[in-house]
Amino acid sequence: MTDNVLEIRDLGVEFKTDTGTTNALRGVNFDVPRGKVTAIVGESGSGKSVTANCIMRLIQRPGRITSGSILFNPTSTESFDIVALPDKDSLIYELRGGLISMVFQEPMTALSPVHKVGDQVSEAILCHRNVSKAEAWEEAAEMLNHVGIEDVSRRINMYPFEFSGGMRQRVVIATALVCHPEVLICDEPTTALDVTIQAEILTLIKRLQTELNNSILFITHDIGVVAQISDYVVVMYQGRVLEIGSTHQVLKDPKHPYTQGLLAAIPGIAPPDQRLSTISDVVGDIDITTAYPLTTLSDGRKVSLPQEALRKFSIRRTSETL
Amino acid sequence: MLRSILKPFQVVSARVRSMNYVTRRILGMFPTLFFISIIVFVIIDLPPGDIVTSRLDRMEAQGVEASPEYVRNLRARYDLDKPLYLQYLFWIGKFVTGDLGYSFFYSKPVNELVWERLGYTLLITVAALFFTWIVALPFGIYSAVKQYSIGDYFITVVALVGLATPNFLLALLVMYFSSEYFGVSIGGLFSVEYRDEVWSLDKVMDMLFRLWIPASVVGMGGTAVTMRLLRANLLDELNKPYVVTARAKGVKPLKLILKYPLRIAINPFISTVGLLLPTLISGEAIVSVVLNLPTTGRMLLDALLAQDMYLAGSFLMLLAILTVVGMLISDLILAWSDPRIRYE
Amino acid sequence: MSDVAQATIAPESPAQQALLTPSQLAWKRFKRHRLALISGLFLVILYLITGFAEFFAPYEKTTRNIKAIYAPPMSIDFFDTEGNFQFRPFTYGYTLTIDEVTWARKYIEDPKQKFDFYFFSRGESYEFWNLFKADFHFFVVKDEDGRLGYFHLLGTDQLGRDVLSRVLYGGRVSLSIGLIGIGLTLFLGVLLGGFAGYIGGFVDRVVQRIIEVIQSLPTLPLWMSLTAALPAHWSSIRVYFGVTLILSFFGWTALARQVRGRFLALRDEDFIVAARLIGGGNTRVIFKHMMPNFMSHTITTATLAVPGMILGETALSFLGIGLRPPIVSWGVLMKEAQNYQVIVMTPWILFPGLFVVLAVMAYNLLGDGLRDAADPHNIGGLK
Repeated sequence: MTDNVLEIRDLGVEFKTDTGTTNALRGVNFDVPRGKVTAIVGESGSGKSVTANCIMRLIQRPGRITSGSILFNPTSTESFDIVALPDKDSLIYELRGGLISMVFQEPMTALSPVHKVGDQVSEAILCHRNVSKAEAWEEAAEMLNHVGIEDVSRRINMYPFEFSGGMRQRVVIATALVCHPEVLICDEPTTALDVTIQAEILTLIKRLQTELNNSILFITHDIGVVAQISDYVVVMYQGRVLEIGSTHQVLKDPKHPYTQGLLAAIPGIAPPDQRLSTISDVVGDIDITTAYPLTTLSDGRKVSLPQEALRKFSIRRTSETL
Repeated sequence: MLRSILKPFQVVSARVRSMNYVTRRILGMFPTLFFISIIVFVIIDLPPGDIVTSRLDRMEAQGVEASPEYVRNLRARYDLDKPLYLQYLFWIGKFVTGDLGYSFFYSKPVNELVWERLGYTLLITVAALFFTWIVALPFGIYSAVKQYSIGDYFITVVALVGLATPNFLLALLVMYFSSEYFGVSIGGLFSVEYRDEVWSLDKVMDMLFRLWIPASVVGMGGTAVTMRLLRANLLDELNKPYVVTARAKGVKPLKLILKYPLRIAINPFISTVGLLLPTLISGEAIVSVVLNLPTTGRMLLDALLAQDMYLAGSFLMLLAILTVVGMLISDLILAWSDPRIRYE
Repeated sequence: MSDVAQATIAPESPAQQALLTPSQLAWKRFKRHRLALISGLFLVILYLITGFAEFFAPYEKTTRNIKAIYAPPMSIDFFDTEGNFQFRPFTYGYTLTIDEVTWARKYIEDPKQKFDFYFFSRGESYEFWNLFKADFHFFVVKDEDGRLGYFHLLGTDQLGRDVLSRVLYGGRVSLSIGLIGIGLTLFLGVLLGGFAGYIGGFVDRVVQRIIEVIQSLPTLPLWMSLTAALPAHWSSIRVYFGVTLILSFFGWTALARQVRGRFLALRDEDFIVAARLIGGGNTRVIFKHMMPNFMSHTITTATLAVPGMILGETALSFLGIGLRPPIVSWGVLMKEAQNYQVIVMTPWILFPGLFVVLAVMAYNLLGDGLRDAADPHNIGGLK
């Protein structure tokens, strides 16, 4: 039995529009280890959120999953391939919010403006368990309290627009966790928040992860956040995975030139009094757009590079495709 | 500590704020009605000559010579010798106290003429409003959820044609088809056998059965507009992040649509009542002429043609009040349904 | 979600789009709406045909054909009764029979009266726009001896007048009321809305209140009251302008509201403040910097308001208190169809109604297309 809660293989997604077809994902491969925090980093349009939406089966027209599989290994039930589920399968609804749930980027818009907070949190319970409305509200209140909302008995009857951004994000997190999912996907949960609130929310997510012992897939473009929260890092670019490794490995000693470029572009790391280097400065003419297979290096990490570039690294097994 | 002390006050202040909205909105109605009354008064005063001259004309035609004193008395009786603003004040004063003046065309007090007809107008307008909603709601939702499907295109085309068809033409067509193909005459609000009967359950049923034809004819244009509006709003809402959140919670598709986007898209829908009312009342005025309904339209037209301005003015003013009050009600419902407005 | 949006942006390079001016971009967006394009074309043709109604209409609006009273529409044929094909289209005249029992008139195609079509030929003489006399028609029908025959594509009315000709002459009036009315509406709306939005404060409140009052009045009864007050002795042309004025006097509110909103929003935009700071006067700021930013929306709203005008005229004339004969408009023509017994006998006198529906529909579709084209944010393939 593998200890990966999610195993994503060769995942492909395309969007068909009037002006042409865009391949949002072009063969994505990575694992989400159980009980750990895995971060996906990458620039806008690299396919981070699309990947997350695939796991939740939230891809809608004009988007379409074209290939690949997402093997889900929950502890409670048998393993199954999420991609292979038929569109209206009841397992999809069980999955969403029950086994896997999601925290979104914009707490300002992620909550319905005309429903009470308690209604929105308890709805997740009512969707998945056969309990009375009152019980669901009670559990919702408990969870709201758990994510650090004070004076819950009053707040639960308020509307989201009466909450601050940080408070709303706590509500969103409570909604996501209220059914005790095995996997929590956080899609840039702190991007839209003030810096101080960001830190609070990150601490909260980290704390809840240790308490509830679930697996987290954390999507961000902020390397600082990655360093703070994650155990493993997946670097994505143009719908592909370029590098996978432990947070320490990837941030301390990135092997892929694109990752090196990403890190060099962080203001704090680069030496002062010097222009920040752009990614293309660092990458130079090394080809990062061609889809080379992921190769596992001797230290366990994986990179997607051409053979000649791999020569300087010690490779564990030749050209193992994940 | 401080928070728990403040708590009761906050609750009260929230209630006051929402009360405020209602009172503010009701008070705001009065200036509007005041301006409307001025417009209506101007219209009453608009035709060349006034009641006295038209009566004198009639007397003259009968060969009766009116003495200057008689004319003066007559003018004084109708306050026509006073300056215009005083005339207005007298008129509005009487109007508010329920004295709507005298109809020269029917030789009756206006009061005896308007109320029943106004009641039927209200009935048909409300029925048309219900028709609009009952049709627009499901088709609008379908059209949005199944965007670009054959059904959507079909609904769109029907809506386009419905929007472009003047409702008097529609009324004519309905009349033509019902008599040509079904052999029933649909003019009027009652079947022949009930027309002069006193009210009974049968008569009410008969009326309700016949009501939906004028209601649907009057409501057609509004239905098309509302449907398109609902579709656009829903499409807007369907892509909003909070809908994705709800989907990610595991909410099933049908419930998702009914609970979330519709709940929000319904707000502009409610507010369309305010926009619809003037259109519906306008539509009713002309449809009733074609379908020969016992409502305000026909009588207003006759009054205007006969320059029976007190009658016409009363109708105009009452229809305007009906609209303004209707808009008020729709605003209040909107405030009740959308907490954001309440707490504004 | 943002990633999804980003990933689906059109592959077209931004540089290529930047080369197009805003109006070129708008045209590009507009062209995507095939229905709007067709509608625009249809309206242009309709305005041309009704504008040159003297030439396109086979008859004058008052010409009576006493041989065909309440005659049904006639057909255009290529095959005669023996099945012979003839390249030049022709039509058969009518013989009138009267039912001996019901006394109903019945028109039967008469193969002995064969009228051939001649295009761009001389026919009935007319005075073009009251300017000069001419007798040149788009088409005329003649019998074998070259004498003028008769042809009524949409039938005739109770006086034997050609419905098609009357529809074309009526369209000139109804459609132009829409255009002139919208011109006035635009003027009033931009002026009052602009004042309210630009000056703000007291002026704004007054204009807002007026708009509110007018919008809460049921328009048709109001129009009825006002047009009924137009003096009966007025000449046709004065009644025409009177009705137009009344229609636009209560139609400007939506436009004014929109212009006001745009003015308010633009007033605080950085580029307007900048224009003012470098010394731009009111006139310059308004006309040079603000107008281009809301004119497209305003024109769209105006286009969508034309149908209201056309429908208003039709409704009023239909009730007999708008335009009155001798003016011929679509509404006046519809008035003749008020009696439904007449419709049952001669449904073709409803044809003017069909034209109203088509014109209004075309305006609505055109307006929809313009609205999308005017929206500068609407670039990509999505939506």
